[in-house]
Parts: sequence; C-alpha cells; structure tokens
Amino acid sequence: MYRNQYDNDVTVWSPQGRIHQIEYAMEAVKQGAATLGIKGKNHSVLVALKRASSDLSSHQKKVIPIDDHAGISIAGLTSDARILSRFMRTECLNHRYIYGSPLSISRLVSSVGDKAQTGTQIMGRRPYGVGLLVAGVDEAGPHIYYICPSSNFYECKCMAIGARSQSARTYLERHKDEFKEVEDLGELIAHALRALRDCLPNDNELTTKNVSVGYVGRDVEFTMKDDEDVEEYLKMIEGDEKKGGSGSADPEQGAEETMETQ
Amino acid sequence: MAGMYTTHMHLPRMVDMKEKVAEFWQEEASLSQPRKHTLQPIVTGTSVLGIKCRDGVVVAADTLGSYGSLARFRDISRLMKVNDSTIIGGFGDYADFQFIMKLLEQQTIDDNVVGDGVYRDAPSIHNWLRCVLYNRRSKMNPLWNTIVVAGRDFAGKPYLGYVDKIGVSFTDKSVATGFGSYIAQPMMRKAMEENPNMSVEEAKRLMERCLKVLFYRDCRSLNRFQIGVVTETESSISDPISAETDWSIGANPSGYE
Amino acid sequence: MSSIGSGYDLSAGQFSPDGRVFQVEYAIKAVENSGSVIALRGKDGVVFGVEKIITSKLYEEGSNRRVHSIDTHIGAAVAGLLSDARAVINRARDESANYRDTYQVPIPLKSLTERLGKYMHYFTVYGHLRPFGVSILLGTWDETNGPKLMEIDPSGTARGFYGCAVGKGKQNAKTEIEKLDLSNMTCKELVKEVAKVIYSVHDEVKDKHFELELSWIGKETGGTHQIVPQDIFNEAKTYAEEALNDSDDEDTDM
Repeated sequence: MYRNQYDNDVTVWSPQGRIHQIEYAMEAVKQGAATLGIKGKNHSVLVALKRASSDLSSHQKKVIPIDDHAGISIAGLTSDARILSRFMRTECLNHRYIYGSPLSISRLVSSVGDKAQTGTQIMGRRPYGVGLLVAGVDEAGPHIYYICPSSNFYECKCMAIGARSQSARTYLERHKDEFKEVEDLGELIAHALRALRDCLPNDNELTTKNVSVGYVGRDVEFTMKDDEDVEEYLKMIEGDEKKGGSGSADPEQGAEETMETQ
Repeated sequence: MAGMYTTHMHLPRMVDMKEKVAEFWQEEASLSQPRKHTLQPIVTGTSVLGIKCRDGVVVAADTLGSYGSLARFRDISRLMKVNDSTIIGGFGDYADFQFIMKLLEQQTIDDNVVGDGVYRDAPSIHNWLRCVLYNRRSKMNPLWNTIVVAGRDFAGKPYLGYVDKIGVSFTDKSVATGFGSYIAQPMMRKAMEENPNMSVEEAKRLMERCLKVLFYRDCRSLNRFQIGVVTETESSISDPISAETDWSIGANPSGYE
Repeated sequence: MSSIGSGYDLSAGQFSPDGRVFQVEYAIKAVENSGSVIALRGKDGVVFGVEKIITSKLYEEGSNRRVHSIDTHIGAAVAGLLSDARAVINRARDESANYRDTYQVPIPLKSLTERLGKYMHYFTVYGHLRPFGVSILLGTWDETNGPKLMEIDPSGTARGFYGCAVGKGKQNAKTEIEKLDLSNMTCKELVKEVAKVIYSVHDEVKDKHFELELSWIGKETGGTHQIVPQDIFNEAKTYAEEALNDSDDEDTDM
C-alpha cells in the first residue's frame, strides 16, 4: 500500500482512473474475521468466525438477523455494520407494513447499495468499511449477496470474505456446482464449516465459542445459532481432514482454549 | 370605512380600534378551526362489483362519470389493469381515482424496468392502497374513493379486496360499492350460495345481471359497462358492452294512481 | 498519455494552468478501464452490447446487469464504476418518472439526455463532489422519430451517435464499427454484428471470463427496451464465435 497525493479524499480520482479511498475501504473487510455464505436448493447459510478482543470479553457478534426471511454476516468495521443493519431492518419493516409481504432480497440489497454509494462521492463522507454477506429467501428462492464497501453488490452462489478467506474461496470454487442441489440443511452447514475451517490461523480450531451459524430457508425463518447450539454442526465435520492444516488433529473435544485475537 | 390602511398621523379613533380588534379575533377564530380540504366529490363513478370464482376473479363497473345528477362523461374507464395479477375498480371521485391510477402506473413501470422479476401482487397493492387512503384520511384530506382490488396473490390464489376513503379494508368472496352493496351484493351472495364453485363465465353472466338491475334502480348509472377478469395467467378488461333492458314494466306502476 | 496534473488535479473545482479539469479526465480514464460497451443505431432500432468481465467464479450468472431500462421506452448501457453507474441510472429513472408525472407522456430521449447530462455535469463543478466515473449510452425508438442513440461521458457532455463504443476495447471496436453500413441494417442484423465486435475486442489473455449481454429496442420490440430473446442471443453468440475463429485462422495462415 503506497501513499500518494490522490488518496486523501473519496472525491479525488487518481490519474489512472481509480479512487484510492474506496480501495482502502475494501481493505477494512480483509481485516475482519472470516465469514462465508452458501446457498443450497432451499436454504441460505452463513457461518462466521468470531473474535474476542481479549480473554475477558465475549466474542464479537458477526451474524445479525434482519427479518424473518433475511440475515447478514459482517466483516470489517462493526459500527458501520450496525448502521447498515438498522437501515436494512427498517426497509424490510416498512415494506412489510406497506405491502404485507417480505421485501425481496434483490431490492433490499440494491437499496443498501444506493445508500452506500453516496458515501463514495461526497467530500467529508467515507465509504462504509464493512463487507456484508446477505442470506435471504424470497419468491425467487434462496439468495446470497455480497455488498462491498465500494457499494457494489454481487449475487453469489457462495462467497467468503475476511481474513484468510482465500483458502475458503478456493474450497468454494471447487464445490460451487454441488451446493445448489443440496436439500439437507445440515449438509449445507457442514460444507460451510469445512470451508470456514480453512480460514483459521494455525493451531486453532473451530469451537462453540468462535463459530456462529445463521440460516434461512423457504419454510424456515432466519435462525442464529451460537455457543452450545453450534455443537451439533461441529460434530458433523469432526474427523474431516483439515485441508493443508494440522492433518490429524482432533477438531473438537469441547476445547476451551480461547482463540488468539489476531 | 376607516380601516387599517388609512394613514394616521395621530392615534386611530376608538371605533376603528373596535373594528380592528373584531377583525383580529375573527382571524384567530378561523385559524383555530380545522383546515378543510376535500369536502365533496365532483365527477363521480357509481358501483363497482367484484366476485371470486373458481379460477379467478371477476370485477365490473359502468363507464359513467356523473357530474352531480348530470350523466356527463359516458366513456370513462373505471377499471384499471395494474399488471398481469391485478385489476382495480374505482368508485367515487374520478379525479382522485385518476391520481391513484397514475401512482400505480408509475409503480408498475418502476417495477418492470428493474427487470428482476419482482412485481406487486393483488394483496400487496391492496395493502399499499390501504396505507395511502388511511394516511390521507388521517390528514383530513381524503381521496374520495372506494377501491375494489381484484387479482391473485403470489401463490396464484384468487384475491378480492375492498378499501375505502376512511381506510376500512377487508377481503371477501364478493364485494360491492355504493348502490351495488344494497342491490347487487344480495344477488351475488345468493348466486354464490346456490353455486359455490362458479366458473368465470358464470360469474360474468352474474355481473351482467347485477349491472342490469343497477341500471334499473340506480339513477346515477349507465347501461354501458366493462368487465375485468383476472385468472391464473393473465388479466384483461373487456371493451364496453350493454345489457338488454325492458322498461315496459315502467308503463303501469301500481300504487301511483 | 496522461500528463500528471501536478497539484492542479486534486479537485474538480480547479482548472489547471492549461485550462483542463484533470479530475474529469481521470474519471474518463476510469471508464476506459472498464469492459467494453457498444451500441449501434440501425434503421429500425438500437442494439446494445456489453462485455461484462467476471471477476470471480463465485458470482451468479446474470448478476450485475450492465444494460438497464429507463422507463419502458429507453434502454441504457453503462461503462465504468458500477456503483456510480447505479446512481446515474436511478437518477435517470427519477427524471423519467418526474417527466411522466408532469407531462403525462413518456420522456423523449432528448429531454432525458439534457437532464442527465446536466446532472452529471453538476458533479464536475464543485470541489466537494467528484465526477461520476461512468459513461452511459442511451437509446430509443418510436414510430414517428425512428431510432436515436446518445452517449453521456463523465464530463456531462452528450453526443449523438450512429455507432458508439466505450471502455477497454474502444479503439478497436470503433474501427470495426466504422466498417458497417449502419443506416441500412435492421436490428436483427445488428445484434449479430454487436456480438461479433464484442468478441473481437475481448482480450482473452487479460480477462478470461466474460459474459456477453445484449439488449435492443426498436420496431421488433414495439418500442420497448428488452433483453434480446434467448434464441436470437444464441444465434448472435455463435456468429461471433465463428467469426473469431475465422479471423484466428486467417492470422495463423499468414
């Protein structure tokens, strides 16, 4: 990352036609702990690695419910995520009140994108430094959307963002065509957790303390699972080889060691 | 009359002061009264009828815009196709109904151009209308209409709703506005009781019968009407048609000798 | 090619000593970095084509459309920064709705171009804003006036075209387009030509994955802007791929 005279304001184009402030905002996502989302035939699933800032504090919430039919997981500046999630909740709520039906996910995501775009064009404003993975279900089926700090949004088959998420993306690219046929929610979550495991720093494992799961389906309201409730899903991938990691290590025996905050 | 605007080089006379004070208090009084907006509908449409049948919904209204007791505009459409899933019918002030039609038209365009397949089904439009009408009534400036919303929901099931100028809204198997609720509603209910699984064709014939009776009995009606149909796949509004009427019974009324 | 503004290029609200507004020029550069977009105006309509470069295999096909409808009778294709493009498209839609509300008729392309051009220009005048990094191509057709095609660039300048190309492969595309006899070609013929040009300017080495987007508006569609139907799209794609193979063969022969 270099410093140059074109990177101070979001209202300055560089001679190469880039806006550095926006690119820097995208870096904020890479600072956050990994999270990923997959969509199957009838469900969308989010899993996230939670970090604790110290041994004394709880792990940072990563999955945020938005409405009965949608939820998000975040990577980046948590306070920016709060603003956006509050906005999304009011949009969904207003739509339900006016039209009596859930807001379709594509419309929800584009309204967030439009709101975020203003921060990329006005002096004194800054882009939202958080990447959102939106999992939702509407008339068109299950969806996973990725909204990035540049205010661009992408509809995805599956996506991983955050620190060390490249290995998860590799896993996802390999399996992306299988996911859309998966009807069993448990299987989908297991896939997600396997990919998530590749994002851990060395010598760390997925535990009930540092994993968050969220899912939503055609007949399933958005549900978050934390702590003990995650145990059943972690058991599903027990014994699976961790790709390129400490091969035969026991994934979980209720290991209480807290994650390094790194 | 010496008033506020005559130039005085000295204090105004006491009489002037009294007038000024009276004027002031009259203004105050009028400010403290509620601001009035829509007080009466001007060009009006009469009954709108709607009935749910086996494979869809049928809705009907005549093509008359009355100017008080004058049958002034005889070729207006009081039914509007919002999209392939919904038709609405408007009773009451026609200008307010045109306003609602324009809003819905723009909303349909806005939905279509995004091109993501999202559209408003009949319950959504019904809900939206309820919000708009209730909101206006709460500002004491109502849109002077009763709207019948006929169509289907996202799952394809027939839907029939009613919403009026004070924000009352409900759904039912048959709805009618204005004179229709007194004359046509009993006819429709009886027909549904005898034939609960009506087809669209039978419903259309029922509508024609009801509109004929309304033409006999409602002085603000016209024997020229349109029938709209929403089925599982599409919605359409017919060209104007007329019912055959027999006024010979009017020649010898009894009780008027 | 870009001379460094050295100190006079940090704000859209500042001229350089030689009378240029560098921020606007840099914004135009952003458009040149984007995937190619071309539009051709024929005798009975306008066809749009976009080389949509896919940056990740994880994205859904068909996500992030680059051709949009502004009201039902105007088509738009955008090149440049996608988030800015959305803001411009939203504004265009607002202008159309506003015009319809005031005048009860759909907005003529000329009025839309004026309004949108003014809007984009507004962002090139103040220091607390920045120009949109977007070029937008707008096209329409109606029975009375026939087809029309306009392009608005980040400076807010609007120009009318018979054939227009923006983005990475602009130069090569322009060369290809100039060979065509546009005013005598129908939309059906143009769809194939548009696909062919996109394929020919696409750089296989730099951007492996791309999706072709085609849309049209004209007599064929009754004046409504639509995505080209699947069968015609497939025909055009095949024609383009074959043309590419033929030209490859020619090269190897030499």
